[in-house]
Amino acid sequence: MNARPTAVRPALLRPVLLRPAARRAAAVPAALSLVLLAGCTDNSEGTGAGALAVDATDSSCEVSETEAPSGTLRFAVTNTGDEVTEFYLLAEDGLRIVGEVENIAPGLSRDLVVATPPGEYFTACKPGMVGDGIRAAFTVTDSGADLAPTGDEAVLVEEASTAYAAYVRDQTEQLLAKTQQFRDLYVAGSDDEARALYPDARLHWERIETVAESFGDLDPSMDAREADLAPGDEFTGWHRLEKDLWPAEAEAGYVGLDTAGRTEMADRLVADTQELYDRTRDMTFTADQIGNGSKGLLDEVATGKVTGEEEFFSHTDLWDFQGNVDGARVGFEGLEPLLRTKDEALADEIATRFDELQVLLDAQRSGDGYVLYTELDEAEVRGLSDAVNALSEPLSRLTSAVLA
Amino acid sequence: MSGVSRRRLLGLAGAGAGGLALGVGAAATAAATGLDDVLRPDRGAGDGTAYPFHGPHQAGITTPAQDHLHFAAFDVTTTSRDDLVAMLQAWSVAAERMTRGAPAGEGDPASGAYDAPPDDTGEAMDLPPAGLTITIGFGPGLFQTADGTDRFGLAARRPASLERLPHFPADALDPARSDGDLCVQACADDPQVAVHAVRNLARIAFGTASLRWSQLGFGRTATTSDEQVTPRNLFGFKDGTANITAQQDDALAEHVWVPDADTDASTAWLAGGSYLVARRIAMTIEPWDRTSLREQEAVVGRTKGEGAPLSGGTEHDEPDLAMAGRGGLPLVAENAHVRLAHPSTNGGVRMLRRGYNYTDGITPLGRLDAGLFFLAFVRDPATHYVPMQTRMSAQDGLMEYLQHVGSGLFAVPPGAPEGGWVGQQLFA
Repeated sequence: MNARPTAVRPALLRPVLLRPAARRAAAVPAALSLVLLAGCTDNSEGTGAGALAVDATDSSCEVSETEAPSGTLRFAVTNTGDEVTEFYLLAEDGLRIVGEVENIAPGLSRDLVVATPPGEYFTACKPGMVGDGIRAAFTVTDSGADLAPTGDEAVLVEEASTAYAAYVRDQTEQLLAKTQQFRDLYVAGSDDEARALYPDARLHWERIETVAESFGDLDPSMDAREADLAPGDEFTGWHRLEKDLWPAEAEAGYVGLDTAGRTEMADRLVADTQELYDRTRDMTFTADQIGNGSKGLLDEVATGKVTGEEEFFSHTDLWDFQGNVDGARVGFEGLEPLLRTKDEALADEIATRFDELQVLLDAQRSGDGYVLYTELDEAEVRGLSDAVNALSEPLSRLTSAVLA
Repeated sequence: MSGVSRRRLLGLAGAGAGGLALGVGAAATAAATGLDDVLRPDRGAGDGTAYPFHGPHQAGITTPAQDHLHFAAFDVTTTSRDDLVAMLQAWSVAAERMTRGAPAGEGDPASGAYDAPPDDTGEAMDLPPAGLTITIGFGPGLFQTADGTDRFGLAARRPASLERLPHFPADALDPARSDGDLCVQACADDPQVAVHAVRNLARIAFGTASLRWSQLGFGRTATTSDEQVTPRNLFGFKDGTANITAQQDDALAEHVWVPDADTDASTAWLAGGSYLVARRIAMTIEPWDRTSLREQEAVVGRTKGEGAPLSGGTEHDEPDLAMAGRGGLPLVAENAHVRLAHPSTNGGVRMLRRGYNYTDGITPLGRLDAGLFFLAFVRDPATHYVPMQTRMSAQDGLMEYLQHVGSGLFAVPPGAPEGGWVGQQLFA
């Protein structure tokens, strides 16, 4: 997740009939014939939505029509000028942005696809990206199309953002407390207890991993894996301590850290964690950051956890796996009320796929934690991987759907 | 004219300017567009060809064998029959679109929702349909698991011949390259188009079915049309000389399509379909290359250059299996491949083969991991494949240079009519 606040950008969404959720939810024969009909007649592709051509130059903004029926409108904007431009659909008051597409460089074409109710609007091109833009009146007539209820989106986004920021604060607090405990056990040579606490403390890191990773200085210091280091890089952080506590997988001749070495490494981890804690107190999150963060956490699972690469020495990958899934689910659930105003079927599908993945994880619980990765057989790993794929596909559409 | 996009081409064709067979006819006939020269000429001729997805039989069987293959087998991971049906429907929609050169989904691969991944993965943009065909089959596991579980209420509809192929002598099957609940055979004249097709179907399948194994193939090793010349396999011999071709209606009816007579009420869904046998046959390339031409021709039973039977004539002359040479020994040896494969030694049965060469890098011993990905369509594997393969595995002289390492059997339902989907008869 990118921690820098960026503007929430309305998505350029068009309805897509091949979504698994839509497939699941639809009355099948009717939906199918609809799809096939579209498939057989629409050779020009993607013009099912009313297509309007916009020719944007440095001094003009020509929209092919001044009027369109309500429903999903598609503005195909081509910048034929020399300056970077933007295109807006503005509400009747000329202030509220109904939809926008930014950063259209000279020569490029970008689509703005926006669900548009009947009413009076303005179209606007903004060459040079400054000023009020070159505006023209635009009328949307009533086609009878049933547009999704909008709800009070600003409130829902605010609630999601507030809840997610609180979650990040809470997790960093727990992470800091447990990292301090871990440090004390490790430095004191209480290795069994340190080993027991290691995956439990890291769970809090994994739950907010995409946020923590957004700090380019802290992430390598705290969470670098030895295999990912470049020659000359210093190996520090969680996995350095992991290697010291579980030396069985270490290279031949590995010599454990002495007390001074342990103290130095562990203190550095605590200091880094304190820094992470301090930086996350006042963080705010936009809807796209939360949505992309959820997807990003599943990508972390797919690339590091389900492959058993993350915890090379301890094999406690499933704790991390659960942490990533927890974080992704919290992000999704924060956005879920907003998503449900936009795409119920997608919300249902994501929720179902989270549940299905959790069932597989729960089957690997052991005591207060999980079995080691090395205890999984091939079929179990494959099952987890399939469930991650199944969840990640619809989750990859979350951001776009909530911004639509 | 590099500016002719896939979309533009289809727009032209849809307006009648092209002459593409855009799913409007039932017959699986190709039509060259005449636009090849404006469409990535570097991709070779014939790329503008499109075959209709809909029709009485699935495309990709009698369709003139394309140059490239991406074959994939899937495990169905859902327990929901509705989800399975929805996926097959979505596959059919996407397959119909892709075979006419359109993106897999409604959305454009390079525009549309900026905060969502595109519906189509995009690597086939700017490429013509390239003769893509997508053929879908059902493995025995879809009907019943090994322990007898009726997964989707289909057990009673499983044809008796649809079961795992038996263990043939010298089989060394890798489970990771064998079987599967579903298969997709994607053939095209451009490998990127074939890979694109399977990749997008796999994406649609996430949560319902997952890829079990796949195989890339190049250099078709069979001829399925009288217009094609006979290609060569990696042993350097012509392959597919006596294959059933699309023009041989009587032979297709007798040996390839499942006739009504072979079905009853519970298996009528397969009438007009076929069975697909898939075998990954590793060739021991290096020992073969050190074999004398005499030995090579003797085990094949044909000449290497012309492909004529060793009993004389030219490529398409029938071998005279009785003709004797010096010492009274038959010119076509008793263990020659052509003798053991010939219909006259197999109760008259024939099959329609459309296999491909493959190379997957090298083995840990530094040898080419290469061979023939054998694909054959037959009316009934119990009569048209199993007896022949049993004898060939035991007796074929060529087996000294072959090892069967992957295997799968799938029932291929008939084609979907306009507005329908592949498999709808089974789930009705």
